Amino acid sequence: MELSFTLNDAKITLEVDPDARVVDLLREKIGLTGTKEGCGTGECGACTVLVDGETRLSCLMLAAQLEGREIVTIEGLSRSVPGRKCHPVQEAFVEAGAVQCGFCTPGMVITVADFIGREPAADVAAIRKAVSGNICRCTGYLNIVEAAKLAVKNKREHEEHEEHDA
Amino acid sequence: MPDVYMPRSLDELLDLKAAHDSLYVFAGGTDLMVSMRCGRTRPAALACLDRLDAIRGISDAGTYISVGAGESHSSLLKSPLIRKHAPVLAEALDTLGSPHIRNTGTLGGNIVTASPAGDSLPPLTILDAQVELAGKDGFRRMPLADFIVGPGVVRLEKDRILWKVLIPKTPYYGIHHFEKVGLRRSMAIAVVSMAAVLDLSPDGIVKAIRMAWGSVGPTVVACPEAENGMVGKRLEPDALALAADAVRERVRPIDDVRATAEYRRQVAGNLVLRLARYAPAVSGECPP
Repeated sequence: MELSFTLNDAKITLEVDPDARVVDLLREKIGLTGTKEGCGTGECGACTVLVDGETRLSCLMLAAQLEGREIVTIEGLSRSVPGRKCHPVQEAFVEAGAVQCGFCTPGMVITVADFIGREPAADVAAIRKAVSGNICRCTGYLNIVEAAKLAVKNKREHEEHEEHDA
Repeated sequence: MPDVYMPRSLDELLDLKAAHDSLYVFAGGTDLMVSMRCGRTRPAALACLDRLDAIRGISDAGTYISVGAGESHSSLLKSPLIRKHAPVLAEALDTLGSPHIRNTGTLGGNIVTASPAGDSLPPLTILDAQVELAGKDGFRRMPLADFIVGPGVVRLEKDRILWKVLIPKTPYYGIHHFEKVGLRRSMAIAVVSMAAVLDLSPDGIVKAIRMAWGSVGPTVVACPEAENGMVGKRLEPDALALAADAVRERVRPIDDVRATAEYRRQVAGNLVLRLARYAPAVSGECPP
């Protein structure tokens, strides 16, 4: 089938098997390998992407479901912050040392970025709950939660700074 | 390789069901995708509900709340109607899977999958939820408790679809309680779960109580003996212990990779004891 959707702000049309999984479409057909497949059963969160602004697991979605929708993968996340190479959550992950092997990182970053976009005053309990569907087997989560806290703090300071300037 | 259809109306979906022998309805896909991938399910065709907007929506229908079967768990959790009229269901859904799974999985999918561990099932059972099935000949309703027959088995003829879930308003239940014992907090399949709703008089007497357990039998387990034994009593350890004993008699758990039957039996009773927390403080009694 012919499938058209928006991928990281760019319209794309391609020929796909309708029953292809979205994770395979992204990685194999389009070549965006930032999205990882860990378990393939919806339990690990490594394949998390944004579909119409909501986190979805690309291993549990059929390509046909993407028709007309807006998809954001880790490769396109920074586009939501014009003029920056990295999304602030990516920067916070680097600064807090929240990356070890890196396999869970794309899904983790997408999840945290989506969450603090919706809950700018998130506390530690809320952050932990938000990433409860993303498994990391290296860090023990402490630095990931630290990174999310840092991103919340940076966001607040940035907004206060902008208010001050205005 | 299954054909994938994206019906946009109920009629279109029912036509597809009539036309295909081996058509699976793909709601959220959280179970079906996994079972197709490992070859356990090999459908010839899929009808994906992604574009069937009429199967979503949560509305106030007077004496009950009407929930479209294709509504995601996240949408139910965000719904003020569900929060107000079915907090026990919201509590259960809040423990279902992970945030991503809740964004994807649907209430109808949880029901039709009919897992003994389905998190929505004990709350819907004690609220006397009904299901509405749609077919070419119209709509028909039946109690959820009759709809679910056994693990993975529901009374859904091939040419019908689970269309709505109807949750009666029960304002007299002042207490809504759900607890799940799992191996971890998120993504946990219930080892044992219990949902309860209670109507307590101001002086702490149980006027009415409904309880149901998950993962301790082929379907949701109810225990009328335990409920009847508690009516007219206070939520005190003695009365709760009797109810817990009755529950342990009633459940039919199995041994599996997550827990032994004996553990499940013990915990199913223990979960009843936790209701003691809702007993009103006795006046004049001060903490030391």
